[in-house]
Amino acid sequence: MTQTVTQKIMALNGAEAIAEAMRQINPDVVASYPITPQTIIVERFSEFVADGLVDTEFVAAESEHSALSASIGAAAAGGRSMTATSSQGFALMWEMLYIAAGMRLPIVMAVANRALSGPINIHCDHSDSMGGRDSGWIQLYSENVQEAYDNTIQAIKIGEHQNVRLPVMVCMDGFTTSHAVERIDVLDDNAVKKFVGEYHIDHPLLDVDQAVTYGPLALPEYYFEIKMQQIEAMTNAKPVIEQVSKAYGSISGRSYGLVEPYNMEKAELAIVILGSTAGTAKSLLDDLNDPRLGLLKIRTFRPFPTEEIAANLRKCKAVAVLDRAASFGSIGGPVFSEVRAALYDEPKRPQIVNYIYGLGGRDTTTDMLKTVYDDLDTVAKTGKPDPVQRFLGLRDD
Amino acid sequence: MIKKMKLRDIAGSTEHLTCGHRLCTGCAEPVIVRQVLHAAENPVVVANATGCLEVATTIYPYTAWKVPWIHSAFENTAATISGVESAYRALKRKGKIDKKINFIAFAGDGGTYDIGLQSLSGALERGHAFLYVCLDNEAYMNTGIQRSSSTPRGSWTTTTPVGEKIVGKPEYKKDITEIIAAHGIPYVAQTAPSHWMDLMTKVKKALKVEGPTFINVSSPCPRGWRSEPEESMRLSRLAVETCYWPLYEVENGVWKINLKPKKKPIEEYLAPQKRFAHLLKPQNKHIVEDLQRRVDERWETLQWKAEVSQQRSQQKQQQQTSANPTSQ
Ligand SMILES: Cc1ncc(C[n+]2csc(CCOP(=O)(O)OP(=O)(O)O)c2C)c(N)n1
Repeated sequence: MTQTVTQKIMALNGAEAIAEAMRQINPDVVASYPITPQTIIVERFSEFVADGLVDTEFVAAESEHSALSASIGAAAAGGRSMTATSSQGFALMWEMLYIAAGMRLPIVMAVANRALSGPINIHCDHSDSMGGRDSGWIQLYSENVQEAYDNTIQAIKIGEHQNVRLPVMVCMDGFTTSHAVERIDVLDDNAVKKFVGEYHIDHPLLDVDQAVTYGPLALPEYYFEIKMQQIEAMTNAKPVIEQVSKAYGSISGRSYGLVEPYNMEKAELAIVILGSTAGTAKSLLDDLNDPRLGLLKIRTFRPFPTEEIAANLRKCKAVAVLDRAASFGSIGGPVFSEVRAALYDEPKRPQIVNYIYGLGGRDTTTDMLKTVYDDLDTVAKTGKPDPVQRFLGLRDD
Repeated sequence: MIKKMKLRDIAGSTEHLTCGHRLCTGCAEPVIVRQVLHAAENPVVVANATGCLEVATTIYPYTAWKVPWIHSAFENTAATISGVESAYRALKRKGKIDKKINFIAFAGDGGTYDIGLQSLSGALERGHAFLYVCLDNEAYMNTGIQRSSSTPRGSWTTTTPVGEKIVGKPEYKKDITEIIAAHGIPYVAQTAPSHWMDLMTKVKKALKVEGPTFINVSSPCPRGWRSEPEESMRLSRLAVETCYWPLYEVENGVWKINLKPKKKPIEEYLAPQKRFAHLLKPQNKHIVEDLQRRVDERWETLQWKAEVSQQRSQQKQQQQTSANPTSQ
């Protein structure tokens, strides 16, 4: 066991915890635009700016599109840059998500997950960030306030790593995590400062003596190779995420891998979840105290931890993948499709079903999750996964 | 005071946009960019919106830019440069950078009048120190000459064809220079590459300001204007001489007309451009008359604004001196 640094206990909600991490990171530029439930992040952060607690230039942009565009400019200029958004703001940024990744700029963005319109709804689901899953950003999903804080600090190290150089999204469930006060351990300012180190990019725009061109036109002769480099960077990110997690563990005592198995040693029936509902499942499993039932939480959705997922699920009889986003017209939600694909090469595959749950903030209780395990029991016994796609917590009136 | 530029000053200075780019023959955009960059005294960082200038100068793995340059998308050049400038301020404060750097954004009229107006307005309001140069060729040229809100009334474009019922663009050109001036930023100007001394002096003035500045430049486009490549600078001059494109500036709320030409009739400007060819037919005479009326009205308004704002500024100065005589 290495010596961890002293930590302060604080009562913070997820948004405040991310703002606190941002204060400690002290980025050069934060550009953002208000949207519920993310807003608290930028409100708190503006207070830090107003009180002179950070050296950051705060850009109160006139839209999320501009907020991310300014973050791109700042990161290319040679400044560490961060932003935050939710839902419609995320959707408005969409064009720039791909550009940030394509330009290989390690921007860190907090996402307080919220359903997409229409109808307009301010509550949690994952349809916003799931829509950006192929944009080239690393995606970390946080289960609770502590993880939202820890992931924000690690995201800086992951994205800026020389072998990676990709933007990172730190997702947390809107309201459920962003607005829920929890008791968390907060690192010492200096420990964070030392952990994240100085921002460095090889060819900053502001180096006027070494003029570089950022964002050129790349035609069919070159575009493909540039995308190939992004694909490789994502592959490189996997070990880096684990290294950073270990290093973070050595100062904080908290370490997270790509996935977190819970009660999986002997599990025959497993649920796969990302975000706060993993916490609900843990609570249920603690109550049930049944070694046959397990949970696999996905912390890193991009890069997708294919091997780790297969290794954890291959011995199960039946698996339920829970998606908090619909993929209209597909065989299942995005997490389901990929988890199922991850198991394809297994000589003996578990039965696998998909549950769409919690859309637009619909509450998901331990009782509901219990019904999933009960269903899985039937699926395991009958050996039939029909129907493959199911819906959890739908009204029946 | 800004010293007037001399040809001699330019002749010896380094080219920041090299030859070899693939802009069309007769395109005014590279001419304007070179004039702008020649006028800059400090090192510059350039941001560029998607459009002809961007695609034709940075075909990977080549670049025509010898200054740091960034393009991210079409509608967000002002936001992008505002991020660059913010990082500069942060790094300067931290002592990580000491050089004085100027920030310049280039965008077409589509990227300025239309899709980029919001991000431009936001960046101006936030007060970032940068110069925004609009290369106004009066249509979306890069995508093949579609109308923008800058396209003048009556003009042919591929989305305002000359049809049996509708003859070219029915709507008037948006007055972006005045819209930008309404932001109350320290310096706004309109200029043309034919009047290179005017253009470069304005750039010098703008770059001295510690805040947002905007220069709108008329940019003849032989492909889109259906004009001869060798006519571009003459068209630029005609735009000024017909008062279609007045050379003026708004400095701290005071309007000043930089050149008062002996106004030529608008037909002289329209005739060499085939985008207006149909207007010269007798049945479309009313459109030409309407264009002339509009030019006259706007020229009058501009003169009035200049007179009133100059008078007011003089009055203010006098009041200040009499209230505070020692401050002289
Ligand atoms: C969001 C978005 N919409 C549309 C386009 C397509 N597009 C690229 S350049 C361009 C026109 C540019 O026109 P303008 O800004 O006037 O500059 P010019 O090419 O005429 O210099 C358009 C419509 C784009 N790249 N991005």
